[in-house]
Amino acid sequence: MLSFIARRLGLLIPTFFGVTLLTFALIRLIPGDPVEVMMGERRVDPQMHAEAMERLGLNKPLYAQYLDYIGDLAQGDLGESLRTRTSVWSEFLTLFPATLELSLAALLFAGTLGLTAGVIAALKRGSLFDHGVMGIALTGYSMPIFWWGLLLIMFFSVNLGWTPVSGRIDLLYDIPPVTGFMLIDSLLSDEEGAFVDALQHLILPAVVLGTIPLAVIARMTRSAMLEVLREDYVRTARAKGLSPARVVFVHGLRNALIPVLTVFGLQVGALLAGAVLTETIFSWPGIGKWLIESIGARDYPVVQNGILLIACLVILVNFVVDILYGLANPRIRHQR
Amino acid sequence: MANCPRLLIHLLLCGALAAASQTFAASDDLVVCTEASPEGFDIVQYTAATTADASAETLFERLLAFAPGTTQLIPGLAERWEASVDGLNYTFHLRHGVKFHSTTWFTPSRDFNADDVLWSFQRQLDPQHPWHAQSLRGFPYAEAMGMAALIERIERLDDYRVRFVLKHPEAPFLADLAMGFASIYSAEYADQLLKAGTPERLNSQPIGTGPFVFERYAKDAQVRYRGNPQYWQGAPALQRLIFAITADPNVRQQKLKADDCQIALYPRPVDIPALKADTALQVLELDSLLTAYIGINTRHPPLDDVRVRQALNLAFDRAAYLRAQYGEGGASLAVAPYPATLLGYNEQLSPWPYDPPRARRLLREAGHQDGFKLSIWTRPGGGPTNPNPGIGAQMLQADLAAIGIQADIRVFEWGELIKRAKNGEHDLVFMGWAGDNGDPDNFLTPNLSCAAAESGENQAGWCDAQFDALISQARQVQAPAQRAELYRQALAIFHEQAPWIALAHPKQFSALRREVKGFVLSPMGSNNFARVTRQ
Repeated sequence: MLSFIARRLGLLIPTFFGVTLLTFALIRLIPGDPVEVMMGERRVDPQMHAEAMERLGLNKPLYAQYLDYIGDLAQGDLGESLRTRTSVWSEFLTLFPATLELSLAALLFAGTLGLTAGVIAALKRGSLFDHGVMGIALTGYSMPIFWWGLLLIMFFSVNLGWTPVSGRIDLLYDIPPVTGFMLIDSLLSDEEGAFVDALQHLILPAVVLGTIPLAVIARMTRSAMLEVLREDYVRTARAKGLSPARVVFVHGLRNALIPVLTVFGLQVGALLAGAVLTETIFSWPGIGKWLIESIGARDYPVVQNGILLIACLVILVNFVVDILYGLANPRIRHQR
Repeated sequence: MANCPRLLIHLLLCGALAAASQTFAASDDLVVCTEASPEGFDIVQYTAATTADASAETLFERLLAFAPGTTQLIPGLAERWEASVDGLNYTFHLRHGVKFHSTTWFTPSRDFNADDVLWSFQRQLDPQHPWHAQSLRGFPYAEAMGMAALIERIERLDDYRVRFVLKHPEAPFLADLAMGFASIYSAEYADQLLKAGTPERLNSQPIGTGPFVFERYAKDAQVRYRGNPQYWQGAPALQRLIFAITADPNVRQQKLKADDCQIALYPRPVDIPALKADTALQVLELDSLLTAYIGINTRHPPLDDVRVRQALNLAFDRAAYLRAQYGEGGASLAVAPYPATLLGYNEQLSPWPYDPPRARRLLREAGHQDGFKLSIWTRPGGGPTNPNPGIGAQMLQADLAAIGIQADIRVFEWGELIKRAKNGEHDLVFMGWAGDNGDPDNFLTPNLSCAAAESGENQAGWCDAQFDALISQARQVQAPAQRAELYRQALAIFHEQAPWIALAHPKQFSALRREVKGFVLSPMGSNNFARVTRQ
């Protein structure tokens, strides 16, 4: 197990450099530079353009810019946004908790409902419930997020008035950021009703963001369970007279979880990607919107380091998932 | 397992109960749904309208101001001014007793005076000024407006008088001083920041003299202000002003309906009828200083032939284009580069009619009876001047095909489109322009002068010596009537030479709750909430 972890850790280093090189190159391949985009249709005097590029350090050859970038990274310096002059790290720390809170809520929603629905559908294979769940899962998977989000807002927020339209909390609550997680910050504040309000604001975005992962997890759980339930050792367990619940959860679900765990890991990346649209619909101040706007503004330090931070996170989650494989199924651990 | 749906229903019911017991906005609070975060609060570094709303219109003021809803200049921080006969000297008499904001991070020790005016301009104009290099981005507006080339020096006559000495007469100069980049900052606060080694706070903890005092900004979520109790025009009726950053126009509309915000800025033209139909809402509309046009690259044959350019103007059904893009009544047909509300508009000019047979005749006369090929350039995402670029380009393509011109549509991301258009690589390009100060020159010199043709901002690459002489002269003449006559002549040349297909002057709209009073749209597209009340 230790050598397996060491091998995986060793792979992280080239992956890290690959990501830095890729983001550095890709953002510069997009035509237009930060000064041109900033000026829009307005007149850009060539001398002014050259001076601004020099001030931003963008007049150097590309290899020198890349070496500067890596040098800064080695010192833990993620640079500052060309637009706001705020450090990338502090902007990331301001916005990331919002995305994480939303993604965790979505994952909780998708994981709980998806696993439950998948297991029941597998146990009642061919039943109306099975067909219904799989039909809904397929619909959920094919749902355009933007449309789905607006539909839910129209129904639950505007027609029924049950949930707020957008944002993280009613703006009449003035909650200063402490942890950046609104559920926690609202609890820490003295404002009465703030926590319920924050929770209420989280419901629709979490449902929208969790819809596709929910569909994937439900389908994956169902098929994994069906496969496992046909295994000899499950039949043996049943023959030994074990209770159906023990057969399903201990012998069945534990083994069926391995592919589901993979999906969970991959869904973290998908959630972060999907968060861009959900954040836009629900005016959720997270990193998705931040990165998209930064690409539009050619804010090189934000794009490079923002993507690097997310890539590190996804790599880390997948690394943890790899370790969890071993815990879920000792055979994998021994094979490696 | 069976408990899961119950849990969901329970959560939703909790939400309903919480919604019922929720504190509703007090009548002295105003939540404004706007479309984007401010890039910062040091307005001289930025050009976006949303940034100007969050800083120039709320926190700062200028020597002059635009009267609400018009382009007429009125006194601001200067109570009056005099211009010398030669138009080279402007003396401003500053207002007494104007206080800078008092906050937890700054308490002013003195009132606004001439030092603040000098600091605010010298910082942008003088490369040796200690604050000049603090802006990595430079000062885009002041630089684009050529202020360093215009202002010879600024003299401090005494505490409450300053004199601007210009290098040459410039009629739009006073209007320039009412623009966001001419905002007045506290020199005392700036000194304090520089001494403390925290100059970046000028951008994140702004201090001005405006109607609202900055409280807090949460990126992509909200900007919070409180009413300035010491405001020299009287404290605003609003105790709290909150900008809710809501990128999607549909969501802004839904939030307005749910009373989560009381003003929704930048509604989509297609949503206007539905908003007007809602009895709880009101929709404000105003002819704005926007012009949508298609730049014809006059340097690319056969577009260098005026007959071909006129044929293009005659071939395009712009009435249909306006209906498709802006909805019924959402825009007026453009005849000139700027709308009829500005000085020197030539009422005698009539729009090019939709007349394909005449267009074909002109092409025949120009020797292109068999047509030719060209490219139409546009952008992928819509904006106020071009809500649906794809449809617009297809409509033009179809109309050109009807007179035998084969057009390829090429879609470029905005940054690349600007860059390539400046290099003159296009044949036809969909563009737009937003006027900043209500002066005709603000439309003509940046877009149609020979200097702009040289630098590439004039996408038509059109340089007409007579037109250029007229607009240069009009820039230097002080008498409005004389200026107006020069512009009328210039517009006649523009119309005849057809370097653009002038498309539309889109209207601007804002949607608000019925109880909101005192909000006035500005033709410059800025949004000011100083006199807004909720009744």
